[in-house]
Amino acid sequence: MTSQLKQDDSDTSKIIVITSGKGGVGKTTSAAAISAGLAQRGHKTVVIDFDVGLRNLDMIMGCERRVVFDFINVIQGDARLKQALIKDKRLENLSILPTSQTRDKDALTKEGVEKVLNELREEFDYIICDSPAGIERGAQLAMYFADEAVVVTNPEVSSVRDSDRVLGLLNSKTQRAERPGAEPIKAQVLLTRYDAQRIARGEMMTVDDVLEILAVPLLGIVPESTAVLRASNEGVPVTMDDPSAASAAYMDAVARLTGEQIEMRLDFDRRPGLFGRLFGRTA
Amino acid sequence: MFGFSLRPRKTRSAQTAKDRLQILLAHERSAGSGPDCLPELQRDILEVIRRHMKIDKDAVEIKMDRGDEWSSLEINIEFPSTGRA
Repeated sequence: MTSQLKQDDSDTSKIIVITSGKGGVGKTTSAAAISAGLAQRGHKTVVIDFDVGLRNLDMIMGCERRVVFDFINVIQGDARLKQALIKDKRLENLSILPTSQTRDKDALTKEGVEKVLNELREEFDYIICDSPAGIERGAQLAMYFADEAVVVTNPEVSSVRDSDRVLGLLNSKTQRAERPGAEPIKAQVLLTRYDAQRIARGEMMTVDDVLEILAVPLLGIVPESTAVLRASNEGVPVTMDDPSAASAAYMDAVARLTGEQIEMRLDFDRRPGLFGRLFGRTA
Repeated sequence: MFGFSLRPRKTRSAQTAKDRLQILLAHERSAGSGPDCLPELQRDILEVIRRHMKIDKDAVEIKMDRGDEWSSLEINIEFPSTGRA
């Protein structure tokens, strides 16, 4: 499979929000992995950190020492967008727009966010918005202009409940929801920290359980994996790190985001031989 | 399959999680007015009753029990017995 073929999405860029409500479920990890995956597939991609005051995307992307200007500086006119965008050193199609570590969420304005997004639309195929946890201003602005949403969910009661709440907001408090005649946001669930063994023992809700409750399509299943912490330790998006069950799952999800039909895989348990198979398929 | 089947099987907590979520979310989705609904109801009820009898501000107690098949709303109103002055 040649990955450098760019699909004909040059005329319409897509804004995708990575959101969840609950914190710690893997939003930033997923935003980093998905945007790196899109860039690897040849799409011009930018990932924006909306978590004002708690900047972390820069660390997960490994560009924390290169931040000079940020999203807030651009919104407030203190810097131009080009100055704030950090080009990834590993993938030429990938850029990062970090947020401010010192300001608070009130520095984000709807008009400011819209202006920056419109400017980014001219250059990028995919604009990935990494939402903060919660459902307040930062999270609402991260989702407001989105065309699609990836709702990151763990198979656990509080995460599923919060995802349900976020799905409600996506259908009511966004531009697509408010605009008469607009297509609703296409929301999909990305199930992370999936543990096949615990599910087999009846200790964890199954994929079907979660989907039955949330009633939205599934984008992917990311197994619990040591590769995720290792990648964040090193500042490498999971999809750019050594092949693992998690990176394979994220690459599948990325392919589905771009419209490919890929069968959902569930055989992620860590049997010997699995890594061999993964090395084989990601080459 | 690994020979651990001697241990007594624990209840499947995943099913409990699913059941609890389904009940809770059915209510959260339908309750459009959200968390402010019950305090408002309490205030309104208090106001109506006060038109007819003298009761204390804290005399109305509202309890909700959300069930699978049906839910119950329990309203308790305390007022001074007629025997008292």
